[in-house]
Amino acid sequence: MINYDLAEEQQILRNSIREFAENEVRPVAEELDEKEEFSLELTKKMAGMGLFGMFIPEEYGGSGMDYISYVIAIEELARVDGSTAATAAAGNSLGIGPIYYFGNEQQKREWLPGLCSGETLASFGLTEPNAGSDAGATQTAADLKNGEWVINGSKIFITNSATPISAIIIVQCRTGTLDKGKSELSCILVPNETEGVTAKEMHGKMMWRSSNTGELYFEDVCVPEKNLLGKRGGGFKQMLSTLDRGRLSIAAMGLGGAQGAFELALKYSKERKQFNRTICSFQVNAFKLADMATEIEAARNLLYKAAWLCDQGRPFGREAAMAKLYCSEVMRRVVNEAVQIHGGYGLMREYQVERFFRDQKLLDIGEGTSEIQRIVIARELGCFE
Amino acid sequence: MKILVLLKRVPDTEARILINQEGTGINEQGVKFVINTYDEYGIEQGLRIREQVGGDSKVTVVCMGPGEATELIRTALAMGADDAVHICDPALGKPDPFTSAIILAKAITDEGFDIIFCGKQAIDDDMAQVQSILAEMLDIPQVNVVAVFELSDDGTKATVRRRIEGGDEKVEARLPAIFSCEKGLNEPRYASLPGIMKAKKKEIRTKTLADLGFGEVPGGTRSRVLKWLPLPKGAECRMVEAEEMKDAVAELARLLREEAKVI
Ligand SMILES: Cc1cc2nc3c(=O)[nH]c(=O)nc-3n(C[C@H](O)[C@H](O)[C@H](O)COP(=O)(O)OP(=O)(O)OC[C@H]3O[C@@H](n4cnc5c(N)ncnc54)[C@H](O)[C@@H]3O)c2cc1C
Ligand SMILES: Cc1cc2nc3c(=O)[nH]c(=O)nc-3n(C[C@H](O)[C@H](O)[C@H](O)COP(=O)(O)OP(=O)(O)OC[C@H]3O[C@@H](n4cnc5c(N)ncnc54)[C@H](O)[C@@H]3O)c2cc1C
Repeated sequence: MINYDLAEEQQILRNSIREFAENEVRPVAEELDEKEEFSLELTKKMAGMGLFGMFIPEEYGGSGMDYISYVIAIEELARVDGSTAATAAAGNSLGIGPIYYFGNEQQKREWLPGLCSGETLASFGLTEPNAGSDAGATQTAADLKNGEWVINGSKIFITNSATPISAIIIVQCRTGTLDKGKSELSCILVPNETEGVTAKEMHGKMMWRSSNTGELYFEDVCVPEKNLLGKRGGGFKQMLSTLDRGRLSIAAMGLGGAQGAFELALKYSKERKQFNRTICSFQVNAFKLADMATEIEAARNLLYKAAWLCDQGRPFGREAAMAKLYCSEVMRRVVNEAVQIHGGYGLMREYQVERFFRDQKLLDIGEGTSEIQRIVIARELGCFE
Repeated sequence: MKILVLLKRVPDTEARILINQEGTGINEQGVKFVINTYDEYGIEQGLRIREQVGGDSKVTVVCMGPGEATELIRTALAMGADDAVHICDPALGKPDPFTSAIILAKAITDEGFDIIFCGKQAIDDDMAQVQSILAEMLDIPQVNVVAVFELSDDGTKATVRRRIEGGDEKVEARLPAIFSCEKGLNEPRYASLPGIMKAKKKEIRTKTLADLGFGEVPGGTRSRVLKWLPLPKGAECRMVEAEEMKDAVAELARLLREEAKVI
């Protein structure tokens, strides 16, 4: 049995977030992008909408929605602005998610209410200068001494980690050595304010310019032993599971971004006249628009299916990887043609599509590059056995 | 305080409206429907009054419309309204303002109220009549096109400003009364995610005509829409171009005489 109808609350959610994004995000997106500025004000407004803690139960301050709803919300934000969607997606998937899924009751009670209300932001510190795609190559080390973890190392490209309200970092650390020389990896909760933690905002980004990206340094940072997230040695599994869910939200950004750029191109092509005709009436452009609409529809179906599997408690890693890969690449084709349809104006900031064009590129790289997604999918196919 | 807000389901202002082949209505396929824009100001004002008065104040949405209207009623509940009455009956079709007012008056009387907010007009058929007929039937004061609203501290009267050509008219009205809202009265809030989840558990009481005590559609037909017609197509604009202005003028004169035959 297949039912493609959204639930009533999902439809209401889409309408509401669309209105919010059009009224609150669209008017400021261009300026924030130009200034490369993270907006605390916009983040607070999103929190007021309940956009942090979407899939977290009410008892911890969340909204208790399902993943399809979450995906729809991120899609609608990304339809207007990638950076804003990134702040929300990372806040939920990478910040709030791991604490909710792997934290003990005390950790959840301590951190989730503030994170869900948008008082604070959490970040997920996995990537290091020498450990990107090879996330198991973590060098940041945590040694247990007198009931405290002593952490030394650094992280790079960590979303939401260097804002004025960044309060907690989930740091993937090497906590020992296993047989065959492999690292034992564990996640440790490190409050930003802990002595020895330095968070530096990274500048000069091509895309997601108003999303906050931080570089983190840990110098003899001491936190209590109980700040361990889940089991010692559980870090790698926690990371894989977090990224599976995170990929749904990155895919949602691809889908939403494609939708937004497509709508801009369609509108422009109906208004712009050359050779006494609207440019959408030239078949070459009409076919481009038809292809965009088709690919977006296919991408949406693939992503919603992956989110549905997740909501059903079924395995969804393969579909999440496919959706992340496909939605990013659909957006790439769409933004490319959307700029093309705008002609010279498409290259100018004022016409918005150039921002979509730039923002797209991150999606091929963040939370597992497209190559890594293909590895995940090919592994599922048994290609490497 | 018992606050009622009226809600009508109307096509989105941005929707492309096409009249159906029979000329009896619009082609609804693919058209998005929304809460009548002016009703949103009414909902927001109702919520603000509830917040101001506190206690066991309650905001109840009253909507007459097809089954599909529940999504919009639920949206109002997600914005914060407490419960709703949905008058839904296949016999209704497209009631004229008089019929609408009779039915709404009955539902509203059954509910009881201290204050009613509605939009100054529905943006689909732009009749702007229901609130006034309703006020007469309920025998209460009405103030239309309200742009500023202030409830007195004791909650017995309201001081409002009506936006009229070139200025405002300040009016005081005793409660219970009905107020129709103008743009700018307030900024309607969004349905937040927690609000959407809470709305799932709120009650929508569906009423048929029979539930309201009507054996048939009341009111007779005081007015009947005969046919819906598209706007006449504007004549096409043609540019007369030439190297020299005087040649263009000569050509224009020739076209006016020979083609348009007006000079
Ligand atoms: C704006 C932004 C925000 C980010 N936010 C976060 C965050 O919040 N938390 C976090 O932990 N990280 C974050 N990241 C880091 C991101 O996840 C990494 O950049 C990404 O995983 C790629 O790692 P890398 O940059 O080191 O590239 P590398 O791993 O060095 O990859 C370089 C190239 O080599 C290819 N490659 C690598 N290995 C293989 C292989 N086995 N087979 C085939 N090709 C391969 C890659 O596909 C890529 O094309 C963020 C990055 C950016 C840019
Ligand atoms: C950085 C920059 C520098 C420039 N420098 C100069 C300069 O020095 N001198 C100068 O004169 N101009 C210059 N230009 C203008 C440039 O040549 C135009 O932008 C270009 O010719 C496209 O025109 P347009 O932008 O009006 O797009 P449009 O002509 O409006 O095209 C929009 C879209 O419609 C498509 N389209 C249009 N007509 C048809 C058709 N008949 N069939 C199918 N598709 C069609 C186009 O391919 C495009 O995808 C410059 C532009 C830029 C961005």
